[in-house]
Amino acid sequence: MSWFTRTVTASLGKKYIMALSGLVLGAFLLVHAAGNTTILLGRSAFLSYAGHLHAFDFALVGIEFLLLAFFLAHVVTGLVLFMQNMWARPERYAVNNNAGGRTWGSATMPYTGIIVFLFILVHLYNFHFIAPGAVIADVVAEVLGSPLYTVLYGIGLTALALHISHGFWSLFQSAGINHPKYNRFIIVCAWVIGGLIIAVFGIIVVMLLVNSNLLA
Amino acid sequence: MAAREISLNLKIWRQENQGKKGTFENYRLEKINSNMSFLEMIDVLNEKLTREGREPVAFDHDCREGICGMCGAVVDGIAHGPEKATTLCQLHMRHFRDGQTLTIEPFRARAFPIIRDLVVDRSAFDRIIQAGGFISVNTGSAPDANAIPVAQTKAELAMDAAACIGCGACVAACPNASAMLFVGAKISQLALLPQGGPEREKRALSMVRAMDREGFGNCSNERECEAVCPKSISIRNIARLNREFVRASLFSDENE
Ligand code: HEM
Ligand code: SF4
Ligand code: FES
Repeated sequence: MSWFTRTVTASLGKKYIMALSGLVLGAFLLVHAAGNTTILLGRSAFLSYAGHLHAFDFALVGIEFLLLAFFLAHVVTGLVLFMQNMWARPERYAVNNNAGGRTWGSATMPYTGIIVFLFILVHLYNFHFIAPGAVIADVVAEVLGSPLYTVLYGIGLTALALHISHGFWSLFQSAGINHPKYNRFIIVCAWVIGGLIIAVFGIIVVMLLVNSNLLA
Repeated sequence: MAAREISLNLKIWRQENQGKKGTFENYRLEKINSNMSFLEMIDVLNEKLTREGREPVAFDHDCREGICGMCGAVVDGIAHGPEKATTLCQLHMRHFRDGQTLTIEPFRARAFPIIRDLVVDRSAFDRIIQAGGFISVNTGSAPDANAIPVAQTKAELAMDAAACIGCGACVAACPNASAMLFVGAKISQLALLPQGGPEREKRALSMVRAMDREGFGNCSNERECEAVCPKSISIRNIARLNREFVRASLFSDENE
């Protein structure tokens, strides 16, 4: 095996893949949330944002493929880690107790990850693979005007919130960044950024349900 | 503290050997002196079982003063029992209530096969140490004290890491049965000191490869290990292990 294969297939190599791809996905999420705040400003602001974005169509395709690559690396490596970790403890404990480290987020990473994966499929079906010529503001208003989708998006966002509640801190530890001088700073930033992302998406979903004229 | 006497209901994992299936068996103990250690409590049970002509419960122990790393079991879902920073041998019965039911299980991990009852085979740790947890030096005559300067702060961190007694509770407590706290401690204690310098990169690669070969799981930063570690080894050592691995893999000429 080459040094490269040996490095990325090692336990620690896989941890770095999770951390790097998780960071990229998190950065995308932040940009995505920032852009989507234009929905709250009304139809013209949102369409103008979408228009500006698609003026970069030539670069967008490249960025989309890059994002897809990081996403697949994250999902595939995450599932491999999950299976290896199950395999490493063939017989479960009769009594399970938390000694003080585990959180809801950390304990559910693989499961919230899979829910987020399914949610992203639904999300792309809703807003990415739309009929040519359809106006995005109308598509968004229609989909998220339906209570069924409000519930689905609520589930997806809850899973994502749990996932990043552990992930945004965890990626620093995986990357070897841990020092008493700034550990608290990292945790505070992780919660503030994660909270902001979830709040923005959550508010948009609720607003689109209660105010059907938001994007009219 | 004045001694009390307590009675206990014990649910203990019994397993004849690695190949046989294990089960829990229930025992009742009366009049346990609260000044006893947890292992002394099992001694009392074993004397009782022996007198009754039954098989005593097999468990590992040696120093019984918290320094050798031989003892350990999972008590009510917590490795080494409910007291922080305490080995099972140093855990005292005064921390338990009269009439309490305790479930006692062995450390569970594929890499730690059960030998009998509560005794598990932790030789996987020995093989990781053999892969690089040492310094190859000429041990001729004793060197002068202070011949090699070491910063006080570094010496402290190295000493903290060197406090690891290799008990394996970190693996037992980890939801993924990962050994990274142990390996992080063993790599750190040498990486922090000048004496560990010459073999630093080679050691990081060999020990991580050895750890992966043994079939331990992968750390997902759950922090259960540092919560049960009898020596309070910090996960800062896992972060250092991660850095050492990248340094050796990407920036050194070592190849393994
Ligand atoms: C936008 C979506 C996502 C974001 C922002 C995200 C972010 C993160 C971050 C930051 C981490 C921590 C990495 C580390 O500990 O070093 C992580 C871990 C993880 N992610 Fe995701 N993730 C996303 C989607 C997914 C999906 C779709 C899966 C599907 C299986 C998944 C599975 C996992 C797993 C299993 C872990 C734990 C890995 C471990 O053992 O350490 N994630 N994620
Ligand atoms: S790191 Fe702590 S729990 Fe793990 S083997 Fe060393 S002393 Fe035991
Ligand atoms: S018997 Fe030595 S540490 Fe417990």
